[in-house]
Order: sequence, then structure tokens, then C-alpha cells
Amino acid sequence: MTGGPQGSGVDSSANIFAGACALAGLWTFGSREYYSSIKGPHSYFEVRAKSERIRSQVNNVNLLATFDAETLIRHADEVCPAGGILYDPTFSAVEIDKVDTIEQLVVVRIKDRLAKQGLPGTVAGILEEAKKRNVNLYPIPYTDIVAKTAAQIGEHQLSKVSRIVNVLSVAASFAILGLDLNYLNQSIARTFGSKKKVIDMNEIGAKMAYDIAGGLPKQSFSNQLKPIQNQPRLLLMGNEAVALGKIVGGCRVQTYYPITPAADESEFIESHENFDLFDGGQPGKKGSILVTQTEDEIAAITMATGAALAGARAATSTSGPGFSLMVEGLGWAGMNEVPVVITQYSRGGPSTGQPTRHEQGDLKFVLSASHGEFPRIVLCSGDLEECFYDAIRIFNYAEQFQMPSIHLIDKSMANTSVTIPQLKADLVKINRGKMVENNGSSNVNGEPYRRFAFSPDGISPRAVLGSGHRFWNSGDEHDEMGHIEEDPFNRISMMDKRMTKLETAAREIPEIEKFNFFPSSKKQADATLVSWGSTKGAILDAMKLLEKDGISVEFLQIRLANPFPTESVKEKLSKAKLPIDIEQNYSGQMAQVIAEKTMIDLKNKIVKYNGRPMTQDEIYESVKRIISDPTQNRRVVLTHGA
Amino acid sequence: MALKLSDLRTDVHNDWCPGCGDFGIEAGLKMALTELPIDINKLVLFSGIGCSGKIVHFTNATGVHTLHGRVLPFAQGAKLANPDLEVIAIGGDGDGLGIGVGHFVHAGRRNIDMTYIIHDNGVYGLTKGQASPTLQLGMQTKSLPMPNINTSVNPILLALASGFTFIARSYAYNTKHLKETVKKAVAHKGFALVVILQPCPTYNDINTKEWYGGEDRIDPVTKKPTPRPYELEPTGYDGRITPMMSEDDVEKKMSQIIEKSREWGDKIPIGVFYQNETIPTYEDRIKARLPSYLSEPPAAQQLAKTNGTSPVNLASLAKELLFEKLVVA
Repeated sequence: MTGGPQGSGVDSSANIFAGACALAGLWTFGSREYYSSIKGPHSYFEVRAKSERIRSQVNNVNLLATFDAETLIRHADEVCPAGGILYDPTFSAVEIDKVDTIEQLVVVRIKDRLAKQGLPGTVAGILEEAKKRNVNLYPIPYTDIVAKTAAQIGEHQLSKVSRIVNVLSVAASFAILGLDLNYLNQSIARTFGSKKKVIDMNEIGAKMAYDIAGGLPKQSFSNQLKPIQNQPRLLLMGNEAVALGKIVGGCRVQTYYPITPAADESEFIESHENFDLFDGGQPGKKGSILVTQTEDEIAAITMATGAALAGARAATSTSGPGFSLMVEGLGWAGMNEVPVVITQYSRGGPSTGQPTRHEQGDLKFVLSASHGEFPRIVLCSGDLEECFYDAIRIFNYAEQFQMPSIHLIDKSMANTSVTIPQLKADLVKINRGKMVENNGSSNVNGEPYRRFAFSPDGISPRAVLGSGHRFWNSGDEHDEMGHIEEDPFNRISMMDKRMTKLETAAREIPEIEKFNFFPSSKKQADATLVSWGSTKGAILDAMKLLEKDGISVEFLQIRLANPFPTESVKEKLSKAKLPIDIEQNYSGQMAQVIAEKTMIDLKNKIVKYNGRPMTQDEIYESVKRIISDPTQNRRVVLTHGA
Repeated sequence: MALKLSDLRTDVHNDWCPGCGDFGIEAGLKMALTELPIDINKLVLFSGIGCSGKIVHFTNATGVHTLHGRVLPFAQGAKLANPDLEVIAIGGDGDGLGIGVGHFVHAGRRNIDMTYIIHDNGVYGLTKGQASPTLQLGMQTKSLPMPNINTSVNPILLALASGFTFIARSYAYNTKHLKETVKKAVAHKGFALVVILQPCPTYNDINTKEWYGGEDRIDPVTKKPTPRPYELEPTGYDGRITPMMSEDDVEKKMSQIIEKSREWGDKIPIGVFYQNETIPTYEDRIKARLPSYLSEPPAAQQLAKTNGTSPVNLASLAKELLFEKLVVA
């Protein structure tokens, strides 16, 4: 774990570290916690590295690499015995209540803890406490290294060099973990690109920090990392996985209004707005995607809808508060059967809520948002690979079934930086659904084209603006041409037509895309875990831990929240010995959906709503607790996270 | 084949009130369309919510009747996805200057090559005559329980401040002027606004056809009414900014535009207040970044190869994210 004031390079140090581990062939999983501010308040980044694939966070920290006092104060107690803390020895005298970015609540909590052990309310007290718990202490004289680096490169302004301090902590960590400095240097070079002076400065400092840390007695630190042979992997965040999926999936107009944690996706797309195509006979051919920042989220969804009407694959990307504004546009797209895609990254709500924190609190909202009734697709990804492939699929669904389609992701995936196997652009084919062929006339088979022609599956062949097939749209109830029509019989036919499309979607979307089922190694699983979204990783990792204890569970991960795979879910759950709902929200929203659709009530729940993602350990422990007395009908509330 | 007025008719029953200014606007717009060199298949009319919004159903061209206040983002989205479209957005004064005023301002900043027509009658007709943003302070039209407590917004000035590059006003019952003004707006390269003053015979009993016609102002000599709207161009007014103009001249011209746009009451100028083609369109700005934008716009790109898979070279797209095991000596 590394941490520091926001804006001080916490992210880049974590990324450099993860990148260096990835260059050593390792698998990594990193997640970022930050405040809704630009500079100053504390943010931290946890990175795991391992020789086998990892999908989640853990409770304990092995190595805490600090470069400010606050990180030490806040996180020292999370370091496990035999773990280590890297710190600047000049912090020792810092008094906890003098660090004004630590909330009073936290100060009181920590000082009480120290006082109970007879320790002073200072960093020295914190270090003493850690030492008593057999944590290894690694003092690294950062200030000294910065000064020496400055001298070596001939820079008189120390402040220009002091920002390398984050990389120094990474370099020292590398020495403690026993990894070769070359991986780190290569990662530094990748991060800073063409900025040669910055690279030199970081590499010189890194070498000093690495040598100093390497010379310290390692004591009992046993977590050594060894490079492994491995296939090339991608190291990316959820935002980037979605962005890649959108470009591959044919999205050519993306609109957005800035919001955390969605905006990074649009920015990534914008910085890759011209991209290479496989030649198709023309070498060097490029495609392009138009990213437009709009005045608000209402404009974002309505502009994307206009683009979709014109025939482009179009999407907008937002978080809960932005989606709240988009709702009127969603209803219009539903009424007019427009294949517009909305990527929704849920975060802590309601209102501004916890802008930078994680929550799966928007499921029922996206399922029912808008007045009136109309069909929509809601697809929930559970990890970064799903984010990518689902970003392609969601456009297929939108166009095949001609309805607004929501790709529901969450903050945890958005800001999780993970190594994954390489993605395949050709795994999901592009399906644009029923289109009218352009025959140079407005008529189809001698009849005027009817955009909303009734059909058994509810889907009418789609024409796009400017194609020559004249049509009308209206948010009012309309006839087959698209003109306003208030006739009660037409109303019934049109409602039936639109709602039938949902049945068509339920029939045509393959089961394999609706949910994932991870079986137990036993014939009858000890428990059936039911969840959706980013809890997937922690659940899969926890399943391995449970298996080691002889507990074998199965896991039903629901992906398509609408149309809901009612029969399959019913079938799985009716056989379950002990179903347990696991969700990152207060009320167990998916459990409510399941109850509504299948009449099955999931009585045991594991929920979390403190804004921090679930760890594998939390799930492991709470599942064990429920299994230990399955008759209890517990609601376990998880609390881990700083 | 040239478009005839009858080609633009639909069978949809027109439910505007008798005497509504919307009829004049519909006639002027359709006449303009028959005289403009446009491909009817590329034409898309977008409209907002309100009486004016129904115009698309009365016009035989692809028509998108959108949400209240949102006509501009819908229309801009379509135009951006396919710059070959001829896009005309139409909405009321409440739609565009009340609920949709944020979009109005930002559309000006973009300067997309399209036309926006505002029906300006000072009231929300379809909801039975509440005050719209263009109704003057203190006015009490007949269905208002109290006089209007807000000052009015000046759409010409707001458009100028927002960056519109063509700003004009016309009058619903001056069909010829209206037609010519719409033609100029459509021909303009950039975002063009035409505000069309119109009586609402049902709810606005102040700015009536008679009031605009000046029937309360009989010329003592000719004994004829003196209409309030007067045409700008015949007075020698020229609101065009041209590339060769000096900064000083531009400044002078801007002051003149502001001065003219503030005239109201007994003398209401109509015509082109401002036209500036020296400002690049949004499409030009995009093209500078996306070289293939106009030749292969978003709506025209090939999204799949013949085998149905994506033509995007993912390896190239994701290369900065790829990590291969490094061999260290």
C-alpha cells in the first residue's frame, strides 16, 4: 500500500510499481481510494502482486510504503505481523492531532488506541505500536536522497526534485521485496515517456533508495517476489477496458458531462480518437470517434440519441447523479426505440453522496428510471474483461432490440488497475439488428415506410435519418408512421409492440451472456453465493480460501438484470442448500429483484455500504460465519477500509 | 425535381388555433424549403415541445419531435453524427429560452452548421398561457392572474453573447420576409438563429396581430396603420462581419448590433442583425482533429468486416497498456 496527499503522485507511484511487477511477469491488482478534492487530502492505493492471477483486495497490508506522516498514521495498523513499513525517520516527532487533513473522528480513534497501550500520540507512538506487533520498520531518509539527487543532476531548486519522493518509496519497496531494479527503471521510462530529465532524476533517486533499503536488515520480512515467465498481459483500469470495448464495438459518438468516476473513460477515448483499422486493402486506414463534452447530462443523452437516430453507434457515460438528469432522455429513447447506450458507473449515493467511493446502489434505479413503462436492457459487468466484452455486446443488444441499453459498472471497477490476459477484438461480432435497405425511395415494397410497423417480435426495421426513408419520431404516443396518436386501440398495440421486444431480447440473448455460474467442487455446495458486479473478484478469490478449509460454495453471478433470466435463476436457487446474497449496498437490491421475479427470498445477506470495496477476506470470514449457523438468517454488514 | 409546396404536406390534422402565427411560420418555412437547393432526403426537422413542436408532423420530411427544451442537443447530435444532413431545429420561446436556455447558450459556443427557428409569442400556449421568458416585465396577458414579475430575455443579445454566427428576426405574418430570412439562415455556414415574432390569438392579447400591424398607430397623412416591425436592410443596416474587416470596424459593428437588438416597442427591427462566417464551424474544428471526419463521419463508418468482426486494430489501440515480461540481464 502507498498513500499520500492527493496530487502528490500516489497514483503514479502505484502505477509505476504495478507496471514494474507486470514487467516481471507477475499478475497485479490495484485499487485506489481518494477524496473528492484536487490537492491535499489523503488518498491511497493498494497493489497486490502475485505469481497467479488475483481478482480482489485483501484486508492485510504486507508492505506500507509511506512518504508522508499521514499515511503512516492512518494505515500502520493495517500492516500484518512480519510485514513492513517504509518511512522517513524525520516523521517520528509528528503529533497526530497536528496533521490537519486527518478528520477529528479519526484522530480521536487513533489516539485512544495508542493511549490504551501507554503510547504517545505521535508518529513515534505509531511506530512503537507496529514494532510491538512484529512489523519490520524500514527508515528511508527521503529528504537526504532528494538532496543528493538534486546535487547529482545539478538542480538547485529542491522543490523540483522533491516530487520523486513517491518513486523513492517504490524503489525502496522493490529492494525489500527482492525484485530487480531494472523492472522499475523500465516502468519509470514507460510512465514518463519522452521526458528525459524526469526519467533521469527518478532513476538516480530510485537507485539510491533501492541501495539503502537493500542494505537494511530484512529481519523477518518473508514476502519476496520472484519474476515469472508469463504471456503478455494488459495492465489497465475499468474505465479503459470500457473505452477499448466501445471503440472496438463501433461506438463512433461519445458524449459526456464531467463526473467522477466516469469521465476518465471519455478522456481515454478522446486521447485515442483516431485509431488504426485492419487494412481491408487500405494500409494505414484510420477510424475515428467523436467525443463531445456537453453542457449537462440531459444534453449528453439527447445528443447521443440524435447521433443514434442518424445511424451512428452512440453512447454516453456517467455516474448516478448524471444518470438522474438523463432520465427524461432515457424515456424518449424508450418511446422512440432508439439504440442509445448509457454506461453508468455507480458510486456512493444518494445526491452527491460519496463521489469517489464505491457502491452498487443504483441497480433498482436504472431498472425503473423514468415515468411510464418501456423496455430497456441492463447489463452488469463483474470484472475488467467483462467490461470490455460487454461494452461491445451492449451496442448489439441496443440495435438488435432497438431500445436504450444501460451498461452498469461501478466505481470499484472504474478505478481498479489490474493485469488481465490480452483481449480479443473478434470474440463478439457486430450485429446491427433489423435495418431497412436503402432502395433510393422513401417507400418499402410500394408502401410508405413505417418506422414503427407492428411485427410479431415487436421489432420494426430501422431506418436512419437521411437514408431516404422518411419517418417521424415523437415522445408522444404515436402511430406506425411516428405521428402523434391518442387512439386507445393504437395505444394498446404500441405498448404491446414495445414491451414484446423485451420478450424477444430474453429469448434471443444467449443464456451464457445472462449470468455466470461457478460450480462447487462438491455435488451439493455448502452455500450458493448470489451477487452481481464487481464483487465477483472478491467472491472468486474467497471461494479458493474457503475450499482450503473444506468449504465448497458455488457462485451465481447475475449479469443481465433486464430482461431478467428468471427461469435459470429460479432453477439454480431452488436447488441451493444455503443461498447467500452478497451486495455492495444497504438493502440487497439484487435480492429484491430476485424476490420479485422468482418469489425466492434470499434470507442471508452480506452487505457493505461504507464506500470501500469488499475484500476476499471479508467475504471468506462472513460466509464462514453464516455457514456456521445457517438457521440464523443473518445480515452481515462489512466494514473494512480506511 | 424541384420540390413543390404540396410535396411537403402530410395528412396529419392540424390542430393549431385559428389565426395562430404558427400557420404563417409553417407557410414561410415550407416556401423557403421549396426554393432552397436541398435534398429532401437529407432534410431533418427537429422540434421541441409546445404548439410549435407539432410542425414536424405537418411537414412531409423526416421529423423528430423531441423533449421540452431539448431540441438543440438532439439536433446537434444527429448533425454531428452525419454532417451531410440538412438540420433545422424548431421550438418555442419557452422551450428554447426557458427550460432549454442552457442548450441555447452552448449551441452558440459550438457553431454547428444548422438552423434554429424560435417561435416567439411571449406565452406558453399549450399549457394555457403562462408567461414565457420573452414576455416583458409588468405585462399581464389575459390568462395571467398577476402581471409578469420577471424581466424578459432578449434572444438576439443572448445569441450574440453565446456565439451564434447568424442572428435574425422575422415576423410570422410577413411571409415573404420570413421565407427570405429562413433561406439566408439555412445558407449560412454555421449556427443560425431566426427568432420569429408571432401572435398567440388565444393567450397573448397584448402582442396581437393588430398590435404588430400598428392598428393603434394610424398615420395622420396616409390614414393607414403604421406596423411596428420594420425591415433592417432597406435602412442601410448591414450586420455582416467579413474576414478583411479591421478590429476597430468589428468593434463598431458589434456596438451597432447591440444597439439595434435593443429596439422594441413602437419600432421593432426585423432582418439579419448579425452574420459572421469568419468563425470556424464545429465541423471544421473537428476535422482539424479527426482528418477523416467529413469523408467518413460517425454514421457512415464501416463497423464490421465481412465476417462480422470489428475492423479495429485492438493491439495498436491498446499498445500502451500491454506489458510483456522483460528479460533482465
